[in-house]
Amino acid sequence: MYSRAYKTAVAAPPLAWVAVFLLAPYAFLFCYSFWTVSQQVIVHHWNLANYRQLLDNAMYPTVLLRSMRIAGSVTLLSLLLSFPLAYYLSFRSRRKELLYQLVIIPLWVSYLVRAYAWKTILGSDGVLNTLLQYVGVIEHPAEFLLYSPFAVVLTLTHIYTPFTFLPIYASMEHIPRNLVEAAQDLGAAPMRTFWTVIFPLSLPGALAGATFAFVLSLGDFLAPLLIGGPSGIMISNVVVSLFGAAYNWPLGAAISASLLLLVLALLFLVERIEKKLSFS
Amino acid sequence: MISPAQTATDSGTAEKTGGVEPLLSIRSIAKRFGSTAVLHDVSLQVAQGELLTVLGESGSGKTTLLRLIAGFEQADGGEIFMEGERLDPLPPYRRRVNTVFQHYALFPHLSVFENVAYGLRVRKVARTEIPQRVEKALALVKMSEYTRRAPSQLSGGQQQRIALARALVNQPKLLLLDEPLSALDANLRRQMQLELKSLQREVGISFVFVTHDQEEAMALSDRIALLRSGELEQVATPREIYSRPATAYTARFIGQTNLMRGRITNGVADCGTLKWRCSGPDGPATFSLRPESIRLCDAGSSGKADFVRFRAVIRSQTFGGATDLLETACPDGGVVLVRIASRGNIQRDCEFEFCADDAILVRG
Repeated sequence: MYSRAYKTAVAAPPLAWVAVFLLAPYAFLFCYSFWTVSQQVIVHHWNLANYRQLLDNAMYPTVLLRSMRIAGSVTLLSLLLSFPLAYYLSFRSRRKELLYQLVIIPLWVSYLVRAYAWKTILGSDGVLNTLLQYVGVIEHPAEFLLYSPFAVVLTLTHIYTPFTFLPIYASMEHIPRNLVEAAQDLGAAPMRTFWTVIFPLSLPGALAGATFAFVLSLGDFLAPLLIGGPSGIMISNVVVSLFGAAYNWPLGAAISASLLLLVLALLFLVERIEKKLSFS
Repeated sequence: MISPAQTATDSGTAEKTGGVEPLLSIRSIAKRFGSTAVLHDVSLQVAQGELLTVLGESGSGKTTLLRLIAGFEQADGGEIFMEGERLDPLPPYRRRVNTVFQHYALFPHLSVFENVAYGLRVRKVARTEIPQRVEKALALVKMSEYTRRAPSQLSGGQQQRIALARALVNQPKLLLLDEPLSALDANLRRQMQLELKSLQREVGISFVFVTHDQEEAMALSDRIALLRSGELEQVATPREIYSRPATAYTARFIGQTNLMRGRITNGVADCGTLKWRCSGPDGPATFSLRPESIRLCDAGSSGKADFVRFRAVIRSQTFGGATDLLETACPDGGVVLVRIASRGNIQRDCEFEFCADDAILVRG
């Protein structure tokens, strides 16, 4: 048994870290969200005007909804890509290790590089447009490819698919193989086995992966900044501009705080569902 | 006295199952994993309604044999027939065979009811028929009150019963059981052995039961197929395999025995100080003599002509409940085990005798 002093000594640094770099900034954020800006100066005057503005100005709910739509699409697409991939790797592949590494490797490449790569692919002089024109499918470069919500969804899906893949793959790897054999033994063909045994047992992983993809995409500001264009603006871009050029920290803090509460509510919900889904 | 050749024909007769076509017929099946041969030229038949035990040490290939029948492994050679039709090219989900897995393999996300109903739903049994068939199967294994439970809420023995019900509800032609009792404690295990046997009689389905426990095999089986390093050593009824082991390995694996090595010359067996008349062919020979076939002559010898008598010193006497096991040393130093009805301590130097017919000539 460890002494009380030892335990305190061990626990202190991480607790201090969390307090200084996580809790304190959040506390500041909340405080700011109730203050106001008057003549380019932040005034410590407590009020709810920022939150009222969020509801009154139609722009904010619109951008927030668009962000959620984009994050939702990214989540859905990542799940659709990850499920077959994880199933193939876990149950069908003989070269598991190699394929697993291939899925992981993109994570080692900088986010910026990957986002710029999509810019190069999707732009009007980009790889895709040049190819389509060369083949003769289109005469003029397709403009919707870049600077659109579509481009943002595509890029974010590419970037966050490993985050959905990994937990799904992990939960599939944890499915005892004799359960799969039992299903076959009882007459279930491979498709039936997938839907009745493998899919329900990998749902906790899918839920975790979906949460990653949704939360990370929802708060993303680089992809919309680089390739989103005006129609691809997301809520974090608004926050960035409010803290930057617009110099309205209180309003930015109010949006951030709302977003934070939204995500926390989501995580709380996910945890409730996850408890229902785990069986052991 | 019986020669190895005769023993082989004896078990062969038992295998014919009275002229009726066998339910399952395994014909010189072979299986390799990489460079290791796991099964080599195994031929075996399972009769309608029979409980056959595949017995063997770990690594003998018994589980592989079961997995070949279930369809989880593909054979590298040979064929498997069921009721005259090729079974081995079919995927597991097309075989009228069900398995009770070693660790039960119940679906953790389904209730007991849904676990048992799984096979019926997959095989598109009429929706209205499912509840009554599930109820019947659960009643068969005495688990009717547990339909709504999750598998994780059940004990090992209860999970075992559900696994059995889940397999039997499909009315398979053949039920495979892969060491189903190995995870249970000794008392529960004995009780489940009895229940399994009476259950098998009740449903009339053929069972192929894999175990490494020879006592379990003796208690349960109609016939035992003893596997040794991927080859069948002997296939016979428990009584026959015990009283007429074909090989030294069988004799040693099933029960205790004294293996005596010597030779036969002109119809006389010669093992050190012991000599008796014997009908085997001339040459080196090994005999198996069960400890309980030897009797103590303290009340005088039986005086029968075909009895072999010898003197030995008792080295140890182990109390075993109904019987005592004596470890004795012959004058030539050979150790002979003798089992007698339990009694008080015996003097150190004694005379023993056994019937020459009880010394079974075995191969190897």
